[in-house]
Amino acid sequence: MSTSSVSKGCFVFKPSAKKKKTLSLEDHFSHGCESAESSEKRFKLCQDLWDKIKSDTEVLQDDLNRKILDSLLDFTRKCSSTRQLSDWASQMRASEIPTAALVLGVNVPDHDMTFQSLSELLQQSVTPHVASVQAKECGALKHLMKRVLERLMGTDVTVDDEEEEEAEQTSTPLHKSVDFHLLNIFPVFQKSNTPGKKRSSPSRDDPQQPPVVIIFKDLEAFNPKVLQDFILICSRYIERLPLMFIFGIATSPSTIQHMLPHSVSSLLCIELFQSLSCTQHLATVIDQLILTHHFPFKLNAKVLQVLMSIFLYHDFSVRNFIKGLQLALLEHFHSQPLSVLCCKKKDALLNVMQLSHSDLERIRNLPSFKRYRNTQLNAHTSKESNALGYFCFQEVCQKLIKGLHKYHKNYYPVLRCLHTLTSSLPRYPLGKQVRELHLICLEKNVWENEDYQTAMKLLRMLAKDELVALLQRCVEILQPVKSKKMKNAFLQLTDLLSIHMKLFSTLLEMNESRRAKKLSPFEVLRNEALEFLDNLVKSHLSPPESHTLNEVCYYTSSATVRRHLNATPRTSIQAALNSPYYYLQNDRLKTVDGSVSNSAPDICIAYKLHLECGRLINLYDWLEAYATVVSAAEGNNPDSDNYGKVEEVKHARFIRAVSELEFLGFIKSTKQKTDHVARLTWGGC
Amino acid sequence: MTKMLQHSGYEEERLQRVAELLPCREVQAGMLLSLMGQPQQCSYPSIFIYGHRASGKSHVMQVLLKELELPHATVSCVECVSVALLFEQVLLSFFGCDAASLLPRSPSLSDFVRIYRQHCSQTPAKQTRYIVMEKAELLRDTDANLLPALLRLQELVDDNVTIILLSEIVWDKFRPNTGCFEPLLLHFPDYSKGELQQILSQDKHPSYSAEFYSSYINILLGVFYSVCRDLRELRHLAALNFSKFCEPLAEGKVKETDTHKLWRNIEPHLKKAMQTVYLREVSSLQWEQLQQMEERECGALRGLSAHTHVELPYYSKFLLIAAYLASYNPARTDKRFFLKHHGKIRKTNFLKKNEKTSNHLLGPKPFPLDRLLAIFYSVVDSRVAPTASIFSQISSLVTLQLLTKVSHDDQLDAPKYKCAVSMDFICAISRTVNFEIIKYLYDFL
Repeated sequence: MSTSSVSKGCFVFKPSAKKKKTLSLEDHFSHGCESAESSEKRFKLCQDLWDKIKSDTEVLQDDLNRKILDSLLDFTRKCSSTRQLSDWASQMRASEIPTAALVLGVNVPDHDMTFQSLSELLQQSVTPHVASVQAKECGALKHLMKRVLERLMGTDVTVDDEEEEEAEQTSTPLHKSVDFHLLNIFPVFQKSNTPGKKRSSPSRDDPQQPPVVIIFKDLEAFNPKVLQDFILICSRYIERLPLMFIFGIATSPSTIQHMLPHSVSSLLCIELFQSLSCTQHLATVIDQLILTHHFPFKLNAKVLQVLMSIFLYHDFSVRNFIKGLQLALLEHFHSQPLSVLCCKKKDALLNVMQLSHSDLERIRNLPSFKRYRNTQLNAHTSKESNALGYFCFQEVCQKLIKGLHKYHKNYYPVLRCLHTLTSSLPRYPLGKQVRELHLICLEKNVWENEDYQTAMKLLRMLAKDELVALLQRCVEILQPVKSKKMKNAFLQLTDLLSIHMKLFSTLLEMNESRRAKKLSPFEVLRNEALEFLDNLVKSHLSPPESHTLNEVCYYTSSATVRRHLNATPRTSIQAALNSPYYYLQNDRLKTVDGSVSNSAPDICIAYKLHLECGRLINLYDWLEAYATVVSAAEGNNPDSDNYGKVEEVKHARFIRAVSELEFLGFIKSTKQKTDHVARLTWGGC
Repeated sequence: MTKMLQHSGYEEERLQRVAELLPCREVQAGMLLSLMGQPQQCSYPSIFIYGHRASGKSHVMQVLLKELELPHATVSCVECVSVALLFEQVLLSFFGCDAASLLPRSPSLSDFVRIYRQHCSQTPAKQTRYIVMEKAELLRDTDANLLPALLRLQELVDDNVTIILLSEIVWDKFRPNTGCFEPLLLHFPDYSKGELQQILSQDKHPSYSAEFYSSYINILLGVFYSVCRDLRELRHLAALNFSKFCEPLAEGKVKETDTHKLWRNIEPHLKKAMQTVYLREVSSLQWEQLQQMEERECGALRGLSAHTHVELPYYSKFLLIAAYLASYNPARTDKRFFLKHHGKIRKTNFLKKNEKTSNHLLGPKPFPLDRLLAIFYSVVDSRVAPTASIFSQISSLVTLQLLTKVSHDDQLDAPKYKCAVSMDFICAISRTVNFEIIKYLYDFL
């Protein structure tokens, strides 16, 4: 690129458009990926799984929101239809703007999806005029007006009403040409009014006049003054324009009263809609995504714990939880070459046959497989251990994969059974939610847990009818499961129950005939039932670590997840200052004993030196120490005159490092001594 | 019955119709008419009308100008987010859209005057033109020269034009310190009880007699007059409760004339309405539904302020508790509450002269972020890493309006906050995390 120009000047060269080839997702995936040969397959598996998770959660969310969205839609329909009525009472009430207060909970990131589907549904079935606004784009009244009008005009186009189109044609060039100059807001607004007005006045029999719905996504964040003025303006047009508001509220409905004075709130006719709490939402998501054998990808106890604690302690956001799940999924497929086997049973068996030599070697080195081999070696003769040789090895793997799938198939129904039994016990020894029980089971053998013993004790003390009801529910859980063992368990349990029932009826007779006789048959039976359950638990709820090849399906690196999702800025800063090699990856910065090399960036040296000081730091001493270290880095002769001497450049570098430290909050200037600074952190080298 | 309005400039018939439309405001309307004079006469440059909400200011003006067919422009100052909109609306209604489109982008007052004069010379006024400005108190927030200029617009544009300002605030609060042309002041007093009765009785239900409705209004005013004199509110309440009033009639238990029985029936109902629907705790729609089900499940409907429970993440709760403690405890006492070996220090040792009054009476005090975090780390029972999400929770508490930021948005260094939740709220929150907040509050020591 050159220009033939005599005079000097600046020239702008627009970058040619097609120069950069954007990397596809797959390229990103295989970049730096372990064992590149299978990366393509793994990427595909990963993406399929993620697509399934995504679509499933969307369906789930729609289902959960259905009730509240339906009632909202009904509300809007009702409002627009009562406007048409001309009886005395509704005419007297016509001056109020119908308003739906939608309480959604504090998990603000999740609301977007709800509002998205709400406005889509509204546009499909009730009205084309829907405008949703957010607080951050409406700092002042004119911005709010502008957004609302823009969105309303944008949606107008779809309506094929004659007059409406006319209005559209005249108004669009107007607001495009002057780019929504304020002057034009009012006429545009009026024009958007007129179609409604014109239509309603000549033809009264027109059944439905679609309402104009304005959605305020986050009411709390709006400036109250702006909102008040906007409502006042809208109420001036309510007689001509069927306006409607939907307030998205994160905290509690009383915020409306805090934000709007009586004179304004009296213009609204507020109806309350409460959405499902986010904890319930999460419970369903976990139920559908994690507590099922349909997804081959699993989280181990620690990772699940990290995701759960981020949800419960930090944000209550289901969306973030799913994002966390996505991260774990991606990391698993990215870092674990054996994750090619993490798919449906049929595909996994196929993939086993196609494993490369190095992958098979990897399997041999898996800790779980080593354990397995040791037990095999101990148990059997050397002849059978030969089976672990190369040729039969793949068949053995297939067998093991089958075993793992079977384990998952049996695990979840038994988990649910145990949960139904224990979730109603006093003080919830094994947790209220099924996810808590799941965590316990993932960590170690649940039956060795003390709480498990107490739960069993409590179960033995249950009254007959309660126990029977609980067992009945267990039977219902086991019934649909398609697995041999579960079928057996189901049959046994139903047998037990039927005997229970029989004895129950005879008990009544006996009670009538011989009072207060020993009830031993029932106790025997109850013990039998509980014994049976105990055995079920022991055979199926063992933690995944005890199963061979669990590494294929289970993602274990909780530290990675935590580092990515729950960032700790201060720790990172300290890590950067303490060992700059960690981030800069320059070999000169490598040190052995954790000390900082002389050639580290200035700020690292200054930081290291300041750690050796007390609460107050003498700036001059600090500078001297700094100059000594830097001189050593420059390779000056320690005996020369210049060594450790403070020259201008060093001085300036030092000043910069100190002010950077001040900016990062490690030191501040103090009034106690003028040539000192105060340390703001504790501890030293 | 209505008093006759008399004025030579207008037809008898029209004046009669105006009088019918303006019950109980004959005096004011008559006064206005005489101020306005005959249509072609030159009128006083500016008139200022004040009175409480719903005392008929806009209504009187609208009826007069519409019925007497006088050229006018009505502007609501709330709507005019900029002066441009104001100018445009005035020009639009006097001279049509040609004039309005002549206004440049962000026009100044002199642009407006220039265009006005230009068009005014083309179509000189045969009658007085009126500009009515509703909610004129908002004019005080606009450019300083706007209000004085509007008050003597007649001189500026050299036209027979009158500005009428409507406001709920007295003129004294308007007067700019540089002085200005004094408008004529006109006060609209509140309606008396009798007047309210007369006005409300006018919108009677078509299927009942006027006397019946009037007796209903009488009962209604008996209950509500002591708390509310706003005509609009009363009209709203009357419409909402009328169906309940008519219930015994429809069932055939009572005759229309038996006011005592009707009163006994409606009175408790109205009292309930005063606590709920009047305060907008319950919306009018819900109130109507409530009337229909009634008896079966009374009190099933809870008002807006009953829903105060807010679910928060675990650490957000502790952050809020820490913020509350920081807001209501003096900073000196933090040692006493949050240090393990603070020794026994009595409250009296701490007490300073000005702190004898309860901190809860004085309201929340601002505190810096450092103090909030220090208290947070000492009240939360487990070790918490200072992660980014802790900090983001603080800002999300601010957007939820549970905390308020006191320092300016631009100040990144050591921001200051205030806790904006009530005692009851924080007690409920701390109960869910088993934290005895009372023990940590200086006021309750």
